Amino acid sequence: MNGARLPAGADGGEPLLRTCNVTKTFRADGVSVTAVRGVDISLGQGEFAAIMGPSGSGKSTLLHLLGGLERPTSGEIWLDGQRVDGLSQARWAMMRRRHIGFMFQFFNLVSNMTVADNVELAALMGGATRRQARERRVELLGDLGLSARADAAPARLSGGEQQRVALARALANRPSLLLADEPTGSLDSSGSQAVLRLLTRVHADGQAILLVTHDARVATAAERVISLFDGMVADDAALLPPLRPAAARPAAARLGSALPTVLRLRG
Amino acid sequence: MPLLALLAKEPAHGYELKMLLEQIFGEAYPSPNIGQIYVTLQRLERDGLVRSQDVVQQTRPNKRVYELTDAGREALAEWVDAPSDGPRIRDDFFMKLALSPLAGATDRLGLINRQRRDYLNQIRSLSSLAAAAEPGVARLLVEGAILHLQADLDWLERCQEELV
Repeated sequence: MNGARLPAGADGGEPLLRTCNVTKTFRADGVSVTAVRGVDISLGQGEFAAIMGPSGSGKSTLLHLLGGLERPTSGEIWLDGQRVDGLSQARWAMMRRRHIGFMFQFFNLVSNMTVADNVELAALMGGATRRQARERRVELLGDLGLSARADAAPARLSGGEQQRVALARALANRPSLLLADEPTGSLDSSGSQAVLRLLTRVHADGQAILLVTHDARVATAAERVISLFDGMVADDAALLPPLRPAAARPAAARLGSALPTVLRLRG
Repeated sequence: MPLLALLAKEPAHGYELKMLLEQIFGEAYPSPNIGQIYVTLQRLERDGLVRSQDVVQQTRPNKRVYELTDAGREALAEWVDAPSDGPRIRDDFFMKLALSPLAGATDRLGLINRQRRDYLNQIRSLSSLAAAAEPGVARLLVEGAILHLQADLDWLERCQEELV
């Protein structure tokens, strides 16, 4: 299972993100639940990886640890060569504004600001000028097919549209790492395709992405799939480049084989 | 092969049927072997579901054109009306997983992981096909295959929960 894991950054240097034996135990009312138990993963600069696993396997908790939204019980987290697991909340907030884009499962958009302001605010907090923030917002909303919704309040948008605004906001500060929790969770098929296209494109431009998903189609847009099980890494697999039809055939053949059976029997 | 259905519209020769199948079901569909098509047509003819006649061509060898018989039309209608196979009960991978300890292989997680990688790579290839395909039958075939593979992945997780 280690064969596919990158030892360090894809360029051989320090990886963008690295964890060492990270654990997380939640305690409440004398009950403790360990959600993450000893995870070692690393993500190279510009790499795109997906975390899959059944519900309760610790996927979202792990992502929250990596984004500084939760603090690990033990273990180390390194981001861009800096150890971050012990940072204060204030330092983490700074780190996130500048270096991380976080896309939540439930959007977390600011409800009394327009769509445009939601996106621009993230760019401004990341250090952009007003003009850069505006340009970035126009570009991202355009890419996601949301230009016409720029002046709307988030509550007036469908779930799928809010999800796309959340993605635009997460990318607004040109983060070195995009973390996304079920980025297509509430989207229909065409909304999912729009998000996948954008993720694929920003990745091609060098954006590192780590996302959590249960949707295999989303996961296989990544170059690598990490399977989490019971809080531990069960597999960490580099995917192959898409093959041309002949090699992709077995699955379709299985489906297609439902057609001929009866004729063959009758024929 | 659903050759009877293709012949229901109009008579055709073997190669035309091959082309039609490829055209309808697209790149993901396993391209039918022309030999298989001829063998199947012969069998259908022997069973009285199609009949054929040679058509003389001036510059090329004669071609054999097949058409549906009444019995063939009836068989086709029955096929269309009958429900198709349900879930896969005989799954080769599951047989391996369930029986591997008898064969002395105890690394079930390794078995599951290898299968999972294979499914993921298949989905990756099919997704790129789906993205390139026009809406219609061929794309639905690919989307169906992806959904089946997604279910296979979920099932692997269940197997992992219970057996590893």
